[in-house]
Amino acid sequence: MPRWAQFVVFVAVIGIIGFFAFGLRQRGAPALASGPAPDFTLKTFDDKSLKLSDLRGQVVVINFWASWCGPCRDEAAFLERTWRQYKDRGVVFLGIDYNDVEPNARAYLKEYNITYINGPDLGGVISPLFRIKGVPETYFIGKDGNLYGNALGPITRDSSYMTEREFVRKIDPLIAMK
Amino acid sequence: MQSKIENRESKIIIVVAVGAFLALAWLTALPVGAQAPNIDDEVNRIAKTLYCPVCPNTPLDVCNTQACVDWRKQIKEMLQQGKSEQQIREYFVAQFGERVLGAPPAEGFNWIAYILPALGIVLGGVVAWFTVRQWLTRRQDATTAPEGAAIPKEYADRIEKELKEY
Repeated sequence: MPRWAQFVVFVAVIGIIGFFAFGLRQRGAPALASGPAPDFTLKTFDDKSLKLSDLRGQVVVINFWASWCGPCRDEAAFLERTWRQYKDRGVVFLGIDYNDVEPNARAYLKEYNITYINGPDLGGVISPLFRIKGVPETYFIGKDGNLYGNALGPITRDSSYMTEREFVRKIDPLIAMK
Repeated sequence: MQSKIENRESKIIIVVAVGAFLALAWLTALPVGAQAPNIDDEVNRIAKTLYCPVCPNTPLDVCNTQACVDWRKQIKEMLQQGKSEQQIREYFVAQFGERVLGAPPAEGFNWIAYILPALGIVLGGVVAWFTVRQWLTRRQDATTAPEGAAIPKEYADRIEKELKEY
């Protein structure tokens, strides 16, 4: 085989292997837990647009959920209750509805009387930014726009992912941060 | 005479009965063919081309997670509203992204997914062609080479020298 053909085949094979390796690496990468929070625009269920970077200077709690998700229901009441306690202390809760049909999502919000900002992950563009693995997942963003950990499961009184007490302990220092 | 008439009548009765049976069978079969497709079949047909949001690589029509049940229900509602298959697919892509499709649309970066297999086949063909050609050339060289060509130069010179001396 001529040298040029060997070179072309070699480059192509390396390219194909690299392409698949990159895809596998992206897929296997863990959920975001630190560093700058990826920016996104959320179109809320009440037809407003909200950009994450516009909330800089406030503590942001992002919760991914879905109406078909059982564990999401376990934490829904707690999240709403905590939001009401913290809403005047510079904390914003954002609910992002993941792979859900809208009527069911609205029914869910009504059922748990959820009043914090909520919207669907339209086009499935927000969830990959955080590399979420499922729902529910919760991400904590400080006033500086950086991520300060996550809870990759339901937040309940005795959850193995994050207890309600741990959740509060997570937010309080973020509020205190300058 | 009497028995001949009876025989003919019974034949007529049999022919009429068979005719009536065939006509009935044809009439009962006709509405089935002309019937509008069942809406659940339509839902399944469309669901087969969409993929579950939760379980990787599982078509919507065979997935039993609550998310898939909800999505199938949504498809049914959209069909009842008179939406076409194309409109339903576009709605799902707009809501949940291109990953709901079995194959990515052939545009932009997605072209790689369509080009790579063809590229692999072409490269494989090039490698195979050169390899086979090399084999054939070697084989031809081996069969056409003169018998004495394998003798080392040292021996050839020696033979030549001894022949001269002789």
